[in-house]
Amino acid sequence: MSLLTDAKVVKQIKLAPHYYRLILAAPATTRAAGPGQFLHVRCGETLEPLLRRPLSIHAVNRERGELAHLYRVAGRGTALLAKKKRGDTINILGPLGRGYTMPSAPERFAVVAGGIGIAPLYFLLQETGARGQSALVFWGASTKEQFFSPAEPFWNADGTGGKYPSIVQEICAQGHQIILATDDGSAGFHGTVTDLFERYLNNPSGREEILSRYREAVTTSGLIKTDGEAGAVCSCSPGAMLNFNQNPESETFARVYGCGPGVMLKELCRIIGTHKIPGEISLEERMGCGVGACLSCACKTRDEEKDGFRYSRVCLEGPVFPAGEVLWD
Amino acid sequence: MTEIYSGRTAGKKPDLSVNIGKLRMKNPVTTASGTFGFGPEYAPYLDLNRLGAIVVKGTTLQPRPGNPTPRLVETPAGILNSIGLQNPGVDCLIGEYLPYLAQYDLPVIVNISGDTVEDYAELAGKLERAAGVAALEVNISCPNVKKGGMQFGSDPYMAAEVTRAVRGNTDKPVIVKLSPNVTSIVGVAVEVAAAGADALSMINTLLGMAIDIRRRRPLLGNIMGGLSGPAVRPVAVRAVWQVYREVDLPIIGMGGIVTAEDALEFILAGATAVAVGTANFINPRAALEVLEGIEQYLTEHQIGEIGELVGAAHRT
Repeated sequence: MSLLTDAKVVKQIKLAPHYYRLILAAPATTRAAGPGQFLHVRCGETLEPLLRRPLSIHAVNRERGELAHLYRVAGRGTALLAKKKRGDTINILGPLGRGYTMPSAPERFAVVAGGIGIAPLYFLLQETGARGQSALVFWGASTKEQFFSPAEPFWNADGTGGKYPSIVQEICAQGHQIILATDDGSAGFHGTVTDLFERYLNNPSGREEILSRYREAVTTSGLIKTDGEAGAVCSCSPGAMLNFNQNPESETFARVYGCGPGVMLKELCRIIGTHKIPGEISLEERMGCGVGACLSCACKTRDEEKDGFRYSRVCLEGPVFPAGEVLWD
Repeated sequence: MTEIYSGRTAGKKPDLSVNIGKLRMKNPVTTASGTFGFGPEYAPYLDLNRLGAIVVKGTTLQPRPGNPTPRLVETPAGILNSIGLQNPGVDCLIGEYLPYLAQYDLPVIVNISGDTVEDYAELAGKLERAAGVAALEVNISCPNVKKGGMQFGSDPYMAAEVTRAVRGNTDKPVIVKLSPNVTSIVGVAVEVAAAGADALSMINTLLGMAIDIRRRRPLLGNIMGGLSGPAVRPVAVRAVWQVYREVDLPIIGMGGIVTAEDALEFILAGATAVAVGTANFINPRAALEVLEGIEQYLTEHQIGEIGELVGAAHRT
């Protein structure tokens, strides 16, 4: 069920220059939201800029009837959004689109995120974590600062987010394991996240070493702090949070979930295609209506019946697509 | 006009109904083709029964994949699009969407497009036999397809030929959608009227383009596209004004209508009905808000029926 409604701004948290977490009070929308879906957000009040902006749903707090976006200021629309303050009203349309298929109960799955591509995957991790399912998360960014250390509490109440020093620790606290990659080597693996992921898949006997090396990197990065340190409210020790699979050599992923820049997703699709792992990726595209009417946000998907491809609507058939379905130029 | 006829009685609701040829609409507000899909897309957000009519996505004989991406660019107070008439084809429309729309008390206007005059004739014939079609809107003005489309609309004699071909195959109201990308829109309108059109839709999008100065190449995959949104409204109002003076056919006015005030401009310029287009993307309830605003205007100004306003700006 999708709704057109006015949401109140609960909080706007600046994570880093140009990066924000926006928390909105929208109970009915929050109840209806699933991981991978998005809202079409009216950023301003005037006709300039004209269109809404599609923003993935980053997290929900169903008890409070609130949801969050994690976004980067990329143009006029998001610049207006960044000016919104507590108590302001924002018109939202959603939840929209096809989200991620939730993994079945005992499945071990992987999450591969490029930069702010963590935004919708965080919601998936939140939901799976609450069900006791755990993922191995590969998160890459250009530099360490882009893993964000929120200056303010996110949601304090109930373990669906909290006063952790970083998004990395929030993800760990949800019961997942995480290893990092940076383009500049400032944290974790020095290189792309897909490169790290491929190395992990390709070399079962080397996985233990990869995990221990980058577990170390996460611990020493300052992105995770122990009880009492820097006021962090976290019941579990970093050791427990980084409790990786004891037997990674025989580990298989039933599914891989990805989101990030196009080049990264293309590479991810190649890797999981080679390893024959089912996967789902979330695409980003400029949108008009957001509801499937205008056919602006088209992407090429496989269609054996037609000329080998057809144009699918990212807003309606996506934004999450099975990895093998998307055709890359 | 008598006192009774103009309904200047306190508390009486104004009469909003209009006629587009044989097509009777309970109110003058419809949706512009290509901005409202086939209806189900917007059904969660507004009661489709309240619209005067729906104009569905441009339909062709065969399914069309559409143009390469990117297909959309936001420009000052407007958008450029080059969708390229992506649609599932007329058989799918007849088999799936017309039955869906039959549940509503809503006249369905089908927008048709072809590569050749014969295509238009065949489409008209198929839709003449289909249930649930209230009228045809003949698209001779799409700027985003290689063959047909605007080619027909920019030549008055070709436009007339297409109109005749459709007219010959249907008894339903034939509404011809005109392109603003011509030297004289009046010239095209006159020929189309003589060829048997029952009404005119105007305007389609303005041909435009935008360039990415960083990459130094066009922003649209198809290079050029159609401009719509508030940016084009004055051009559209002007076109309606000119055609209303010279051609005695009802006009469905469109181009950048966002509010009731915008719609009233078109009506005062000579439009009998109006279509909300790009504004649907900004506000899925835009068409209903336009309708409510028109009704409120009539009530406030004690105007008994909408017809009194059509072309009124020519008479003052």
